[in-house]
Amino acid sequence: MPAVKRLALILATLWLTAQTALAAGGGGEFIVIVADSRKLTGIMAWWANLYNESHLYFTALTVVLIPLIGVIFGVLADFIMHFIGIDLSSRDLAEH
Amino acid sequence: MDWLYVLMPIAGVKIFWPGLIILGIGVGVIGGFFGMGGAWMVTPGLNILGFPMAFAIGTDIAHMAGKSLISTMRHGKFGNVDYKLGMIMLIGTVVGFEIGAQMIMWLERIGQVGPVVRWMYLVLLALIAWMVFADVSKKRKKEREAIAAGKEVDKLATGIEWHKTLHKIKIPPMVTLQAAGITCSAWLPILVSFFTGWLAGILGIGGGLIRMPALIYLIGCPTHVAVGTDLFEVMISGLYGAASYTYKGRTELVAAIIMLIGAAMGAQVGSVATKYIKGYGIRIAFGLAVVGCFISVLLKLIPNYVPELYTICDVTATVLILGLVAAMSVYITVKMVQGAAKEVAMKKGKA
Repeated sequence: MPAVKRLALILATLWLTAQTALAAGGGGEFIVIVADSRKLTGIMAWWANLYNESHLYFTALTVVLIPLIGVIFGVLADFIMHFIGIDLSSRDLAEH
Repeated sequence: MDWLYVLMPIAGVKIFWPGLIILGIGVGVIGGFFGMGGAWMVTPGLNILGFPMAFAIGTDIAHMAGKSLISTMRHGKFGNVDYKLGMIMLIGTVVGFEIGAQMIMWLERIGQVGPVVRWMYLVLLALIAWMVFADVSKKRKKEREAIAAGKEVDKLATGIEWHKTLHKIKIPPMVTLQAAGITCSAWLPILVSFFTGWLAGILGIGGGLIRMPALIYLIGCPTHVAVGTDLFEVMISGLYGAASYTYKGRTELVAAIIMLIGAAMGAQVGSVATKYIKGYGIRIAFGLAVVGCFISVLLKLIPNYVPELYTICDVTATVLILGLVAAMSVYITVKMVQGAAKEVAMKKGKA
């Protein structure tokens, strides 16, 4: 399958999984929530303002940050376990 | 003690952050070990910490996406993820879910959604628990019979073997799933995922709780591959779910990140623990988790018939779920530490 078709197929599948993800907790009424940034300073204030100004940018940043932070902490845990001496590349057990 | 609380910039509430880390570690360990997102465990935990419900689900899904990514990476390195099977199953899951969701709309119109969903959930959980323990008991019986007959116990023997019957259906196209070690009709994973997706759509859950046993008993995946492949699906749906909920303004990223700090470590512990615990050990622990979930759903159902029991049932259900999360994560962590200590000692012995 050509790379473009494969990419289109993956993107279409990802798009279609929306409902699966939403299944985790059901929907909810659409209520507009505004973050109160008056009590906040620095990065927290910037973050709350970004939420109020554009949900699109806020979403884009969230979607990038979540896997990135996950990978950083995952790699850190990897490093610690590797340092202890645990083999993290294979599993001997092969039973059902 | 103000430093133990952090102000959530969007929800505007102060949350006890060590609680978020502990909750993250607990569900990370369990998720990485069983191959599920664990929304049914996280929501009561977030509630107790004082999280507004409006943000609980979105925050849970956001942290779930990061956690599942780490677990999938780890399981992938162990050879526990069948990516081909995961991609095939996504098709059935999505279509099945859509139909399930449409059926829920129909049940809502006729005013039957509440009772139907709750009772169906209970029946399903009871069925899964029965399946797991019947499987374990059947396998033990086989082992006893082998020992009595003076034969060697087959380490690859399984109890319930429905998948063997299903593999006899050879409707083309046939697919070979390398990591799972299966050759079957492509229609089998599609139909199984359609069924599990349909159930997830009706019950309003992520689906890991149903998909993991379905991968084992209906498709015939070894336990470890079922866990890894299920996590791969949770990762994809979790990432999309995180985007979808965040766009609706329902994600508190600060809380998700704090939880993720714990969950990232926990997910590694849970995933690595599968190295040291045999497939049937995982199945038994999973069965116990399902029993815990069954009791908590039952406790939430009782007040519909006896309203005066609402408070006691609600508190008991929350304590039960959090107790279960704590007990299981401690058990898995202890097993992982014991296994790792043994492995390190063996390496030192060889050197």
